[in-house]
Amino acid sequence: MESKENIIVVKDLVKKFGNFVANDHLSFEVKRGEIFGFLGANGAGKTTAIRILCGLSFPTSGEISVAGYDAYKEREAIKRNIGYMSQKFSLYDDLTISENIKFYAGIYGLAPKIIKSRTAELLSRMGLEDIHNRLIRDVPLGWKQKLAFSVAIFHNPSIVFLDEPTGGVDPITRRQFWELINEAAAAGITVFVTTHYMDEAEYCDRVSIMVDGKIAALDTPEQLKKIYKTKEMNGVFLTLARGAKNN
Amino acid sequence: MSEIQVKNLHKSYGDIEALKDISFEVDKSEIFGVIGPDGAGKTSLFRILTSLLLPDSGSVMLAGLDVVKDYDKIRKIIGYMPGRFSLYQDLSVEENLNFYATVFGSSIEENYDLIRDIYVQIEPFKKRLAGKLSGGMKQKLALSCALIHRPEVLVLDEPTTGVDAVSRVEFWDLLHKIKLEGITIIVSTPYMDEAARCDRVALIQKGEIMSISKPEAIHKGFTRILYELSPGHGAYRLLKNIRNEEWCANAWLFGQSVHLTLDTNKEETEFLEYAKREKLSSKKITAGIEDTFMELMRKA
Repeated sequence: MESKENIIVVKDLVKKFGNFVANDHLSFEVKRGEIFGFLGANGAGKTTAIRILCGLSFPTSGEISVAGYDAYKEREAIKRNIGYMSQKFSLYDDLTISENIKFYAGIYGLAPKIIKSRTAELLSRMGLEDIHNRLIRDVPLGWKQKLAFSVAIFHNPSIVFLDEPTGGVDPITRRQFWELINEAAAAGITVFVTTHYMDEAEYCDRVSIMVDGKIAALDTPEQLKKIYKTKEMNGVFLTLARGAKNN
Repeated sequence: MSEIQVKNLHKSYGDIEALKDISFEVDKSEIFGVIGPDGAGKTSLFRILTSLLLPDSGSVMLAGLDVVKDYDKIRKIIGYMPGRFSLYQDLSVEENLNFYATVFGSSIEENYDLIRDIYVQIEPFKKRLAGKLSGGMKQKLALSCALIHRPEVLVLDEPTTGVDAVSRVEFWDLLHKIKLEGITIIVSTPYMDEAARCDRVALIQKGEIMSISKPEAIHKGFTRILYELSPGHGAYRLLKNIRNEEWCANAWLFGQSVHLTLDTNKEETEFLEYAKREKLSSKKITAGIEDTFMELMRKA
């Protein structure tokens, strides 16, 4: 993995709201095909940083490049080259499976012919051909999550951002979901994950933990557990986040 | 006599059976956990326990009272924290607490002892509107409101969902203090790691209880041979490779490791030869709650 190129480069990112420093000189890199966990307690500054990385908000200062595009001048290009999925909001409940796929693919400007062939391929790979006309609200949560992820990478983005992706499903469904993520990463898509749940952090290649607007730790889960002398990522997180001021 | 007695409970919504013949008992001042994914039936069960939903058949007794016949008495002796944040968002922290105390004919002062440990953490923000609180603080306010009339039974539906890891630990610490006051607690969660904080745990899936046990005995539901494989890098590649092997009964990712299930000693020998050949680091382990949950799902 060491030889792979950096797909996200962040140098001294600062974001202020008035006098409040939400992101305080963040610096990190994410490599192509990496599964990168971005953790922090409520109020640590995660959402602020992600909004900047997704081209939805301007940094106050610092150098930020996402998929080769500049976070100040090329925000539209960034948006076209990323995918986004969140547990809270991803697919439209009152559209069918096929309609959701068509809607998102259309937003990303894919040609109708490509949409048609990739949709057929996706439905068959996930075994959803028979129920492609079912409304999303009638689809079980586990399938919904897997489908939401597949839709988020439908336009072959360089990076996909996952915002607390797998809450509330049984352990088998969650593992099937992480297998999909691994498959995407193996195909070269970078996966950037935020989560409150430390068992999700265990699946990441590397993990950063934000405390009070700063990155307090960044390493592989294995190394972090060694450094903080604990068996689980939960222990690492609690040690770091308990010292936070903004809790 | 048990504080909560649930007998042969059934509940259907049209064709969907939300609860299929659920029975269990909870002792006084016990913390009883109901653990299972979304859609397992946790909320239906808790709504029946709190007299907000009628069962199709079966019975529930709380503190000797029947939830259907004695619903008005039941409501006075329970504290309920629903899954969705249900306090008044346009009232302040203090106003919400006052409101709930008054509704139950009590006052904040009367039972302040019981909520002090929780309330001191949100008291600095008592003039803030409930809708403007962070997730962890909303959760603490909701718990305070559920406790302010000193209930005998506390029913908490997924109180830690969407809350960060630090607040979750603090929340469970609080539940253990409340238990010492003689209050019985039944609490649901989709997060398996919280089982360890309960006195006893029911694992629930598709409307059925698959097992009830103390947290340290959950692994007894797993009766096969289990190995943890630690390839260092490339757990996903390893997973795909071993799933093709004949000796592999099943294999799942566990973070950067793979958990491999084997059925027979012959399979175990064959695997150990493979591990030696591939210089694969592995060790035999006791099943965790997730291994057990998956095993019980398979048997169901």
